[in-house]
Amino acid sequence: MASHFESPLREPLVKGNKTYKQITTDIVRSTTGELQNRWIFWTTISAIVATFGVFCIAWEVVFGIGSWGANKTVGWAWDITNFVWWIGIGHAGTLISAILLLFRQKWRTGVNRAAEAMTIFAVVCAGLFPVFHMGRVWDAMFIFPYPNTRGPLWVNFTSPLLWDVFAISTYFTVSLLFWYTGLVPDFATIRDRSKTKGRWTFYNLLSFGWIGSVKHWERWESLSLILAGLSTPLVLSVHTIVSFDFATSVIPGWHTTILPPYFVAGAIFSGFAMVLTLMIVARYIMKLEDYITLAHIESMNKILLLTGTMVGIAYLTELFTAWYSSNQYEQHQFATRAFGSTYAWAYWIMMSCNLISPQIFWFRKFRRSIKVTFVMSILVNIGMWFERFVIIVISLHRDYLPSSWLYYSPTWIEIGIFVGTIGIFMTLFLAFCRFFPVVAIAEVKSILKRNGSQAKAHQLEEVADQEVYKSVNKEELLQYK
Amino acid sequence: MSNTKKYLVGMFDDDDVLLHAIKNIRKEGFKITDCFTPFPVHGIESAMSIEPTRLHTAGFMFGATGMSVALGVITFINAFDYPTIFGGKPYWALMAYVPIVFEHTVLYSAVGMVIAFYYLCKLYPGKKPIIIDERTTDHLFALTFEMDGSQDTAAISDLLKKEGAIEVYQKEV
Repeated sequence: MASHFESPLREPLVKGNKTYKQITTDIVRSTTGELQNRWIFWTTISAIVATFGVFCIAWEVVFGIGSWGANKTVGWAWDITNFVWWIGIGHAGTLISAILLLFRQKWRTGVNRAAEAMTIFAVVCAGLFPVFHMGRVWDAMFIFPYPNTRGPLWVNFTSPLLWDVFAISTYFTVSLLFWYTGLVPDFATIRDRSKTKGRWTFYNLLSFGWIGSVKHWERWESLSLILAGLSTPLVLSVHTIVSFDFATSVIPGWHTTILPPYFVAGAIFSGFAMVLTLMIVARYIMKLEDYITLAHIESMNKILLLTGTMVGIAYLTELFTAWYSSNQYEQHQFATRAFGSTYAWAYWIMMSCNLISPQIFWFRKFRRSIKVTFVMSILVNIGMWFERFVIIVISLHRDYLPSSWLYYSPTWIEIGIFVGTIGIFMTLFLAFCRFFPVVAIAEVKSILKRNGSQAKAHQLEEVADQEVYKSVNKEELLQYK
Repeated sequence: MSNTKKYLVGMFDDDDVLLHAIKNIRKEGFKITDCFTPFPVHGIESAMSIEPTRLHTAGFMFGATGMSVALGVITFINAFDYPTIFGGKPYWALMAYVPIVFEHTVLYSAVGMVIAFYYLCKLYPGKKPIIIDERTTDHLFALTFEMDGSQDTAAISDLLKKEGAIEVYQKEV
């Protein structure tokens, strides 16, 4: 509406002169089976990897935690590293859909649906790790406070590990509700385009009988806005609480107040990297170049640059604080991280992937290059995995008692479970791409009139003879059409 | 539905034309039964004089409930039922309860509001929807008028066409 001014200089977010009808056709197409062969191939590979992961998990349940390389000194290792890594990845979806909604960032509409799906699948993968780290998984319900026959014996409400249980289960529930409520109108769109009775029934079931009445839309918008408002502090709280698992302990390298903001920035950083990896593949396979444009990729690269630099500043602050504190344990810890003979390689992988390499995104040419972005997104996720490895394993393997110093390396079971969760994640994501609308149909339609390529051309014509726009090269702007 | 109703339907292909039409039709004193759009059209609530939703009030109340429940249950457990000192903190260590109380506030508020939303809209899995026109989830916008004899159908028809409706027809659903 007229209350909102849209600068004519901004790039179009929907390319190719789309109409409302064309948007429906483009997005619904991916659910109707034209892309089957490529999809079957990748889903089969993912499912095989996922099955291997389930096998490794079963092995661990049968033979116990002893089948892992974790030992008395390094009690948390790959397992918790993977947990924090996946939870971090699970932060981008809600950030895109909630925080960017509150900031009225219109480019979110092209990527929010898939990013939210990714969030949910990442949290599913993350949740597996602490549960199976319990060893006796059949007693996993002990983590919930419920009236029981053991005393009564309750959980410890002052423990960060219990906070984690509540934070992650709340985060999963709220993300799922947010995602699904957004999907309901789009399921109705697919339902009304379906050609068979079975398909109609399936999508009607998913759409809850949505018809797009004006009162429903009003409530739907209000609900989205409030869920966004609730999710914004929630998404910040989740990784803050994950960092409390470490920050409230007395281990040198963990016992630091910088951990919460540092973890949140890192989570957004790795989450956006994973969104980029998946989106670059999805836009190519599903022919979504008009909806996930270079403008979207550039925006996300800017966030990578910002959060990567924030994480980098946190690394340097840690080093400074260790030196400035004059605490010999802290100093020893950070000297071991950077120059020790055991894991310094991990520290430098982390530094180069997270702090140094994202700096190339200061250049517009690289921000708009698909190849560079794809490579960078993978590098960032490797770097962020090593960040958690550095924090967890390096801090533990040199503890207060030199006689218990040990080296840790993973067994094939641990590697198998990690690789397996990537398989589970990809299988779920591919299933989502096949049966669900990958782009938020209704939301893209709602920005078309201001941010579509036709609208942009029109806006540019309108201002063509104004003095301030005289110097603008309109051909250059419109080439993004 | 066993007994069907008859509607006069006007189809539009542009949201700005639709908004304009709604204003003019209501100015003439006609009553619009409902409007179906493929995406949320801003400004339509005020054009149709729809009361603002009170969903956010419900959300606040659910959140307040969640907060009280969490604080109450934790207080009962840690301070009365099984008082234990953890890490030198008092039995009732309010600061340490903040994370869980916060998460519970958000959880109750979100879950409660989503349930309230589906309840108010009467949407549930397996519902048989009354679809006036399938194109309203695609690219067209529909205005419907219930033909119960209280309004002059022919006059509304003419007005709809004048206001830029691309199609006007009657339908019984």
